[in-house]
Amino acid sequence: MDDTVTNILLSGVGGQGIILASDIMGEVFLESGFDVKKSEVHGMAQRGGSVTSHVRFGRKVYSPIIKQGEVDILFSFEELEGLRWLNYVKPDGVIVLNNHKINPPAVNLGQMEYPRDIPGIIRKQFDKFYLVDGTRLALEAGNIRAANVVLLGAISNLFEVEEGLWIEAILRHLLPRLHEVNRNAFALGKDQIKAHSFQS
Amino acid sequence: MKAVLTGNEAIARGAYEAGVKFAAAYPGTPSSEILDTIAREYKEIYAEWSPNEKVALEAAMGACFVGARALVCMKHVGVNVAADPLLTLSYTGVKGGLVLLTADDPELYSSQNEQDNRHYARFAKIPMLEPSDSQEAKEFVKLGFAISEQFDTPVMVRSVTRISHSKTIVELEERKEGPVPIEIKKNPSKYVMLPVYGRKRHEAVEERYLKLKEFVEAFPENRTEINDKKVGIITSGISYQYAKEVFPDYSYLKLGICWPLPHKLIARFFQHVEEVYVVEELDPFIEESVKAMGFSVSRGKDSFPIRGELTPLLVEKGILGESFQPPKPIFTQELPPRPPNLCPGCPHRGLFHVLKKGKFFVTGDIGCYTLAALPPLNSLDTCVCMGASIGHAHGISKVVSEDDRKRVVGVIGDSTFLHGGVTPLMDIGYNKGTATVIILDNHATAMTGFQEHPSTGFTIRGEPTHKVDFLELGKVLGIKNLKKVNPWNIEETEKVIAEEMEKDEPSLIVSEGPCVMLREAIKEYHKPYSIDNDKCRGCRTCLNLGCPAIFWQPVSGDMAVTAEGKKRKGIAVIEKTLCPGCGLCYQVCKFDAIIPPEGEVKYGFELT
Repeated sequence: MDDTVTNILLSGVGGQGIILASDIMGEVFLESGFDVKKSEVHGMAQRGGSVTSHVRFGRKVYSPIIKQGEVDILFSFEELEGLRWLNYVKPDGVIVLNNHKINPPAVNLGQMEYPRDIPGIIRKQFDKFYLVDGTRLALEAGNIRAANVVLLGAISNLFEVEEGLWIEAILRHLLPRLHEVNRNAFALGKDQIKAHSFQS
Repeated sequence: MKAVLTGNEAIARGAYEAGVKFAAAYPGTPSSEILDTIAREYKEIYAEWSPNEKVALEAAMGACFVGARALVCMKHVGVNVAADPLLTLSYTGVKGGLVLLTADDPELYSSQNEQDNRHYARFAKIPMLEPSDSQEAKEFVKLGFAISEQFDTPVMVRSVTRISHSKTIVELEERKEGPVPIEIKKNPSKYVMLPVYGRKRHEAVEERYLKLKEFVEAFPENRTEINDKKVGIITSGISYQYAKEVFPDYSYLKLGICWPLPHKLIARFFQHVEEVYVVEELDPFIEESVKAMGFSVSRGKDSFPIRGELTPLLVEKGILGESFQPPKPIFTQELPPRPPNLCPGCPHRGLFHVLKKGKFFVTGDIGCYTLAALPPLNSLDTCVCMGASIGHAHGISKVVSEDDRKRVVGVIGDSTFLHGGVTPLMDIGYNKGTATVIILDNHATAMTGFQEHPSTGFTIRGEPTHKVDFLELGKVLGIKNLKKVNPWNIEETEKVIAEEMEKDEPSLIVSEGPCVMLREAIKEYHKPYSIDNDKCRGCRTCLNLGCPAIFWQPVSGDMAVTAEGKKRKGIAVIEKTLCPGCGLCYQVCKFDAIIPPEGEVKYGFELT
């Protein structure tokens, strides 16, 4: 293992399951033998606010938050929230985006427009860009709330981690009756990215 | 065994491993999950949500006076509430160890100020430990108990949002019971702070300070790391991690105890390195002490911000100065912000709609409902600290004209009222006040994560218990007019508030509706409402409720007129996956364009 620390920034909207997804990532990297830190801010907004979670792993990690401009992988559950954190990503960083839109209040009220063609904007700047149809695939798996597990399935392709570790960590957090749906969701997500491992 | 734990989970684990017998807290971000975790996972520890931080500390003091190890947790501003017992607890000292955990909130992620609670250590003359990750959070809690018993002092452990809410790897160990036997033993000269005993105890405090000053010199968690001798950084807590992240090769003096400071150790560090920077979040607490020792600090608060949270980038910028190159932004377009908002179906929305319509001056308090100060509700006019809404309303109504008096109303959440609202309501009853007070009773300490409180009928561990009745309590405090309203029923709420505001006597109104995020409330959701596209005139009245489930859709062509031929620029749309069917929007629509599910309007949700 070299000294590289991998920085993953998760972003989205409160209620989308971002904190749970980042918890699962943290456990998977611990069990893969890495030092790992993750950080997020919660409180005030129970639902609907902008949410980010920083996950960092490597041989030795100091800061729990990622320095601006040092994000290796931006993992966004919502399009606008992906765009919002673009400036944190390294020029050769990877973007994994759920093609799902949730209107913020200013858009709901008709005061501002939801930015058009966010995937297009990102594609222009980043070669390693993956758009995942998380909501549709979650429905296909049997539960719209499993979109975060679809996305974990997709992003799991970027790391040299045994698939079993992901499944175990995910199922540990879920009631047994949800296991089947989430196994399916993970598998459907995993088929979405055919990328080289990020730690190559 | 290893686990990835949040700072808060690690603090709870530390209490467990230290043999803590008693733990009390009032929930407050970012500290709340400590007691949540203890209640859920460590049955060996008695745990309670106290009505407020002062009560929590006093109860913990009682437990420690008879020999039990006791933990008390609060957010930074909670220490202000507990400051009265804390400053004299410094005099009495302890018997079993007592650790007070303060979780500060630099950047005010969920707080009314960003005070730096390190000052409390110096003020109360008690040692303060500052962990820099979850492993240290656990260990420092255990060390705190040992120091507490060794030096007969309460010990503070200071976390911050980035410690409490970050996860890092922790090595788990077994529980060991505390060394002090639990027994009642009279000792009035130590525990009765009459002036005659208090004077003696102050001497003990000063003697203790001298011993602690010696102790911190050899304390292993005050750690010197000599690397590159050009620059030495003195730091503590989370700031250490940020500095190590960007400058791993500099030399470090990492302070595990930020008060008292190890003067000799600091002096030696200055001999090792050419120049010294002090990297710390918020106030120049360490920097000023180091300067007072006669040393010169090359970079301190002249280089690092005094307000807000530090980040690796801010530390780098402060140290590199003019040679700092900020990362180039890829994307600069202004984006619609996504601030926190009241949830769809929230009971507060109906109440604040009524208060806005009535053009009242609303003194507010701490809770989700503070968000009503923001557009589009714009109907909350003050918010300072827990319980202040009632005092504010009383004070204002004592000095303004009679007409204005009828415009003043205080609003306060159920948990917040029990925390700090009972005594100011007593003030209104006693001093012939006239203010109207509304308790926003949503059956939960909602903002911090649905903790139980004395009016929910359940303890922290879910056991049924006595339930405070707000109207009964108001009655015995001398409030003559007592009413209950359903905040989702606009007409009823409007009528009751208008009547009570007219009275020359104090009124207490309980606006009762469960938080829609409570599991029991989610079961009671109705089917979603919808918009009649033929009738919607695009008047935006429903949008001004600020409900996240309603949005604006511009229309053109055939859609730009209603069925009756009225012109419109857009229509409202209800997102059915978000609408819990509270019925509020239906009531504000003047054009019958909102269709209730199955033709029936139900005003909000009732728990069964």
